[in-house]
Amino acid sequence: MSLTTTPEHHVPDDGAPTGPTTPPSRPPARQAAREMDNPHQARAVKDILARIVMWSAFALAMVPLVWILWTVASQGVHMLTEATWWTGNQRNINSDDAGGGARHAIEGTLIQAGMTALISIPIGILTAVYLVEYGRGRLAKAISFMVDILSGVPSIVAALFIYAVWVTTFGIDRSGFAVSLSLVLLMIPTIVRSTEEMLKLVPNELREASYALGVPKWVTVVRIVLRTAFSGIVTGILLGLARVMGETAPLLILGPYTKNFQRDLFDGNMATLPTMINQDRGDFALVTAAERMWGAALTLIILVLLLNILGRVVAHYGSVKK
Amino acid sequence: MAKRIDVTDLNVYYGDFKAVEGVTMTVEPRSVTAFIGPSGCGKSTFLRTLNRMHEVIPGGRVEGKVMLDDQDLYAASMDPVRVRRTVGMVFQRPNPFPTMSIYDNVAAGLRLNGVRGKSTLDGIVEESLKGANLWNEVKDRLGKPGAGLSGGQQQRLCIARAIAVQPQVLLMDEPCSALDPISTLAIEDLINELKTSYTIVIVTHNMQQAARVSDRTAFFNLRATGEPGRLVEIDDTTRIFNNPSQKQTEDYISGRFG
Ligand SMILES: Nc1ncnc2c1ncn2[C@@H]1O[C@H](COP(=O)(O)OP(=O)(O)OP(=O)(O)O)[C@@H](O)[C@H]1O
Ligand SMILES: [Mg+2]
Repeated sequence: MSLTTTPEHHVPDDGAPTGPTTPPSRPPARQAAREMDNPHQARAVKDILARIVMWSAFALAMVPLVWILWTVASQGVHMLTEATWWTGNQRNINSDDAGGGARHAIEGTLIQAGMTALISIPIGILTAVYLVEYGRGRLAKAISFMVDILSGVPSIVAALFIYAVWVTTFGIDRSGFAVSLSLVLLMIPTIVRSTEEMLKLVPNELREASYALGVPKWVTVVRIVLRTAFSGIVTGILLGLARVMGETAPLLILGPYTKNFQRDLFDGNMATLPTMINQDRGDFALVTAAERMWGAALTLIILVLLLNILGRVVAHYGSVKK
Repeated sequence: MAKRIDVTDLNVYYGDFKAVEGVTMTVEPRSVTAFIGPSGCGKSTFLRTLNRMHEVIPGGRVEGKVMLDDQDLYAASMDPVRVRRTVGMVFQRPNPFPTMSIYDNVAAGLRLNGVRGKSTLDGIVEESLKGANLWNEVKDRLGKPGAGLSGGQQQRLCIARAIAVQPQVLLMDEPCSALDPISTLAIEDLINELKTSYTIVIVTHNMQQAARVSDRTAFFNLRATGEPGRLVEIDDTTRIFNNPSQKQTEDYISGRFG
């Protein structure tokens, strides 16, 4: 039987394929004609309406974003142009003194984020690998459910939990490491979920191709599956890390501010950008403190932005090329 | 190198669903055996039991016996990974590893199994690509991504990848169904060359192809949807196409069926 459509065969305007075997069940010419004229106009109108709605929604969403960025940037940018901002700390600088550096806070934020990443990346990736590649049945379901619950835990609850375990039960002082632990709780579900998504995107055919070459499963997972999903996984981690870096509740509860350099995660107070902002917000009436606050806020935004950009770059260059 | 496959009373299941029932057949070494039959009759399913790929699917299990010369593929002591090193497979859709270059794709099976040494690999890669009739087309761009080749070239790349690990048997599940006639011819020629050193089993929906490339043909059928597929008969290809012993086979081949 020939599969070509005969020329007189009526193809409905909505493009729904009509099998060559089914006789055209289309009604008489009048209705057909109406369908030919109207849908064109109607669709053009709908198209314009949809465009208007879409662009207004977009503009509306942009307003607060641009507003925030503009406020922070215009108020804070001159702090960032001072060299001491990037090299110094706030030691011996009172609220009504101008200037000082933010390096102690930048370092604190980066060190804590680094420790958080160090702990949560292996746990998160291994959990995702288990869930996607190995997990069947009850245990996998239970773990997946736990990850769901964990991802719904508010950051202050994570912080209080670590406080209860770390400070109240074990009697250890608050410190940068305690902050990192609570951030780990927030970071793990993000990594698990994003890595899971990336692993699921790896076509099953690639796993089968590898098995068919006589490659053991774990080698296939490491060398084929993780490799293929690599850039997606890294991007997910960087975006997750960027989010966690802006968390404030755990810092307020577990990592009190200090004006000094503090690079030791296990040695008490440790400055971070969010706690620096909080500190100077306390003396907001003083121009000197307010300027520092805006400067620290802008610095934090820039750090997060850099991580985001890095994530996009990895996604772009690391993705599978044709 | 090539080995004989003896299948006895094989039942294949997906969970509780019996997809293939009671297959007994012998696949001769150094020859091409074609599997034909209507869609859904279990050709792919059965083929995948010959290198223990069936059990990769959750719920997939097998009853019966498959012997590769004197080795029982489903013996408790048999490692499926070792079976798959001996019995290679080419899939319906070309599936080169997208992160790897042409060279790395061909070398993948060896590298992932721990073979090192540039000169060894170089030699095998060249030999395999020549064996798959792809060498001349890619020798100047071995470092380029394998996914950048045309569909027919990708399929030959997958064949090169499969023969690089030097299997004894090569299973091909509709290897030409995604290809144009010219690439199809190239692969058929290749199958003809490969059969001097391998045992080849090929699933195909294309009768002419079965007639062209195979020495023996197995016809599978199923009584009704939901019923398990069965082997109707296996015989020399010329007999199956000219003078089959079963009425069903004749009906199917002459197009009076499905
Ligand atoms: N992963 C699976 N899970 C459950 N049932 C399956 C699965 N794969 C195949 N089946 C069923 O097993 C039976 C045989 O399928 P199979 O793919 O082996 O047929 P086939 O002969 O290769 O068909 P085709 O010629 O269309 O490729 C079919 O009824 C199919 O629905
Ligand atoms: Mg099939």
